[in-house]
Amino acid sequence: MIEINNVSKSFGSLEVLKGIDLKVEKGEVLSVIGASGSGKSTLLYCINALEPIQGGEIRVDGIDVHGAKTDVNKLRRHIGMVFQQWNSFPHMTTLENVALAPRIVLGKTKAEAREIAARQLDHVGLGDKLDTYPTNMSGGQQQRLAIARALAMEPDYMLFDEVTSALDPELVGEVLDTLKMLSEEGMTMILVTHEIPFARDVSDRVAFFRQGVIEEIGPPSQVIGDPTSEHTKQFLSNVR
Amino acid sequence: MDYTFHWRPVWKRLPELIEAGLLTMEVAVLAMLLGIVLGMMLAFIRMSGRRELTWFATTWIETARNTPALLQLFFFGFGLGAFGVHLSPYVIVLCALSFNNAGYLAETFRGGFQAVPDTQVRAARSLGMTWGQTYSRIIIPQVLKIVYHPMTNQMVWSVLMSSLGMLVGFRELSGETQFAASQTFRVFEFFAITAVIYYVIVKLILGGSFLIHWKFFRKGEG
Repeated sequence: MIEINNVSKSFGSLEVLKGIDLKVEKGEVLSVIGASGSGKSTLLYCINALEPIQGGEIRVDGIDVHGAKTDVNKLRRHIGMVFQQWNSFPHMTTLENVALAPRIVLGKTKAEAREIAARQLDHVGLGDKLDTYPTNMSGGQQQRLAIARALAMEPDYMLFDEVTSALDPELVGEVLDTLKMLSEEGMTMILVTHEIPFARDVSDRVAFFRQGVIEEIGPPSQVIGDPTSEHTKQFLSNVR
Repeated sequence: MDYTFHWRPVWKRLPELIEAGLLTMEVAVLAMLLGIVLGMMLAFIRMSGRRELTWFATTWIETARNTPALLQLFFFGFGLGAFGVHLSPYVIVLCALSFNNAGYLAETFRGGFQAVPDTQVRAARSLGMTWGQTYSRIIIPQVLKIVYHPMTNQMVWSVLMSSLGMLVGFRELSGETQFAASQTFRVFEFFAITAVIYYVIVKLILGGSFLIHWKFFRKGEG
């Protein structure tokens, strides 16, 4: 379970998260929507300690993420993350991209790591691209590679930061299909997304962020289908 | 023209010249390897933004890049000598060349690091890699690929600059040539052949550099 208690976060004098409270249960799919700059992506970065927080606490399976004694490298093994910019490692083949972390972080043998990598790449539909370099692949393929790379660590949680925002429109579908597949397999996920119909389709709950606070949270049928907040209504009518 | 060329003394000394050429290559390659390690350290120190350390790196880089290489060589030779530190000619040249290489390479590396997106670090760290793993496996390999050609230039420069070594009594290729020329008075002939030997050394290095590039960096090119 991911527990977020009264978390605040600032960049200099700019306060981007103003006391966020949120719980995500095992197996749950939570979508986070909201305008750019509302703090959605920052929250993801705070959950796996890529950004420090100024107040409150975040616990993942009871471990205090920002605790002084917490081994963040160990913690991150349980939390996969996929970014807006897919960040494939350009100097390695697809297979090496995925096999590296299981080998050097989890200490798997080379053969084991390659087997895991091949399986995960097959899982996201890249089974025929094992020896391809990322620079020779489309954005959608590279994004699926990034998903396979995160899954190869066998994480308990997956964080997706606007993973389709940088893609050409015709490539969005293949990545959303992969996300949907993961949700159906029971992966616990937090999705920051601008794909409202998709969020409605796959999420157990949707949170609408506005100016660093959660304006509204609940099942998609309510937050997207029948929002109570004026700001949510306004946002949804703008993005549609 | 009333000068008669006499090449025979040169041919007689050719084995010594070639041996000195190998010494030139040795010191230049060693100075390059040391320069890469030290230059990488300087680049990291400079990027760390820690003021108690950056002044040291900045002074090094500025001195190496903005003073004559000859003066840097004299510093390690006569300068340290004045303080009672007497190094062998070999060590003087090695130190001066490494110092100079490190200063130039530090700036080259810094440019290379800036060319690799920060998001690569985040992606690697999010997979649980440590800082050391992130840099050694993900960032530095990409930086080396980006700066490979400027590094090759520096290697060539390192070979050519080692010729200054003769001024501190180092019998590398130029020093050996000077010595032989002064014994036989065939100055032009000796230096003409030495120029050819330098040319061959540089071409060998460029060839080696091409092979290394082909072996390690051809992968992943779009």
